[in-house]
Amino acid sequence: MEVLEQLLANHPFLLGLKAKHLNLLAGCAARQEYGRGDFLFREGTEADQMFLLHSGRVTLEIHQPGIGEIQLESLLPGDVLGWSCLFPPYRWHVDARALEPAVVLILAGDCLRPKLDADPELGYAVTKRLLNKVHERLEHVRMQRLDLYNVRPGERIP
Amino acid sequence: MKLAKSVPGAVTEAMVPEVVRVRQVIRETGDTITLNIAPPPRAGGFLFKPGQFNMLYAFGKGEVPISISGDPGHPSELLHTVRAVGLVTSELTKLQIGDRLGVRGPYGNGWPMERAKGNDLVIVAGGLGLAPLRPVIYHVLRQRGEFRRVALYYGARTPQDILFLHELEHWRGRLDLDLSVEVTVDRAGADWFGHVGVVTALLANAYLATDGTVAFVCGPEIMMRFAVRELERYGLARTQIWLSLERNMKCGVGLCGHCQYGPTFVCHDGPVYRLDSIGDLLSRREI
Repeated sequence: MEVLEQLLANHPFLLGLKAKHLNLLAGCAARQEYGRGDFLFREGTEADQMFLLHSGRVTLEIHQPGIGEIQLESLLPGDVLGWSCLFPPYRWHVDARALEPAVVLILAGDCLRPKLDADPELGYAVTKRLLNKVHERLEHVRMQRLDLYNVRPGERIP
Repeated sequence: MKLAKSVPGAVTEAMVPEVVRVRQVIRETGDTITLNIAPPPRAGGFLFKPGQFNMLYAFGKGEVPISISGDPGHPSELLHTVRAVGLVTSELTKLQIGDRLGVRGPYGNGWPMERAKGNDLVIVAGGLGLAPLRPVIYHVLRQRGEFRRVALYYGARTPQDILFLHELEHWRGRLDLDLSVEVTVDRAGADWFGHVGVVTALLANAYLATDGTVAFVCGPEIMMRFAVRELERYGLARTQIWLSLERNMKCGVGLCGHCQYGPTFVCHDGPVYRLDSIGDLLSRREI
C-alpha cells in the first residue's frame, strides 16, 4: 500500500495531491505490467479502470473496416488514460495497446467513482487534473485536424 | 526598417541569378526532393550560414525562396529541399541531373549559432521545416563540444512524409553524437512503432532548463505558435526562442516589400527572428 501510495504521489498526474487523498486512491490502485503488443483495453468492452502510465509507451487506436488499425495518439510516461471509466455508459471507444513494455498504475473504476463522489475535495482535485489533460489532448486533436504539414498549392512553404 | 543599399548597379547585380547545374536529385518523399546543385564558382566555395536561403529560378516559370538544407561545412555542395506545391516548385522538382537553374543568394540572417553556444539547444521542426534546420544539426555535430544537450523534436504528417529519414535514424543511433532525436507523425497505421501525435506533445518529456536553453523552431506557422506556447509553458523566456518565418519573398534583398512583416522585411531582417523581437505579430491576423 505504501509503495503504491508513493508511486501515485510521484506520478505527474497526481503531483501535489494531499496525502489523505493519495491514501484513498491507493486503496483502489494496483501496479500492472504489459508486454509489447498487449492490450490495456479493447473498444466496446467495459471501461472499468483508469490507467496512469508510469513507464513505456501506449498507443490509442481504432479499427476502420477495410483499412485496419489507425493509430490516433501515443501516450508517454506521465500520461493518463481510461477516463471513460468515470462516465456512463462505461465503455471503451478505442483500443489501447502497449507499443513497448509498459508499467501502469491502475485505478479500479468501481472503487474510484464512489470515493470521488464522497469526497468533493478529492473529486475536484482529480477532475481538475483530468480537465487539464482533456484540454491538452483536445488541443492536440485540433492540431492534427488542421493537417498542418499537408501543404497545398498557393500556400507558402518554409 | 533597414533597406539594402540603393546603389543601382549593386541592385541590378543582386537580381541577376547565376546559372548552375543539378548534380544529383535525391528523392525524399512522394512530393519532395533534395537538389544537389553545383554551386556558383566563388572563392572558398558557396559559404552560407544555417537558416539562410537562396532564390531558385526555374527558367520560364519563376523564382522562389528555398532554404539551404545542406552542410555549411561543405561549401562545395549546395543542397535545397523542395516540395512540389506550386508552379515553380513543381518545376524545380522535375529537374534532372545536368539541368540548369538560376541561383541568387545566400540571403537572410540565419540561426544564431553563437547564441546557442554553451547552452542546451532544443530544435522543434514540423514538416518541411526540418530542411532549414538540418544545417543547424550539421553545424552542431561538427562543433559538438560547444553545445550542451541537444534535442531534435520533429513532426511529420505520416511515416511516409518524414524527411531525411536515414539521417534521423543515423543520428538517433549514434551514441557518440549525444543527440536526442524524437520523431512523431500525425497519423499512422498499426505497422508504425514510433510516436503518433503532434510535435508539441513530445516537449512534455523534454528536459528544458529554464536558463541555459535556446530553442529553434521552424514549421507551419500555426505549429510554431503552439510550439512557442508550449516552450513558454515549460519556462523558456521569449528571449530564448527563435523562429524562422516565411513570407512571400520576391527580391530577396529587402527592396520590393513583398515580404514585409510588421516593421521588417523577412528576406532582409529575417527569416529568423527572436520571439520577443516580433512582439505579438505571430498571432496577429493582419500580418
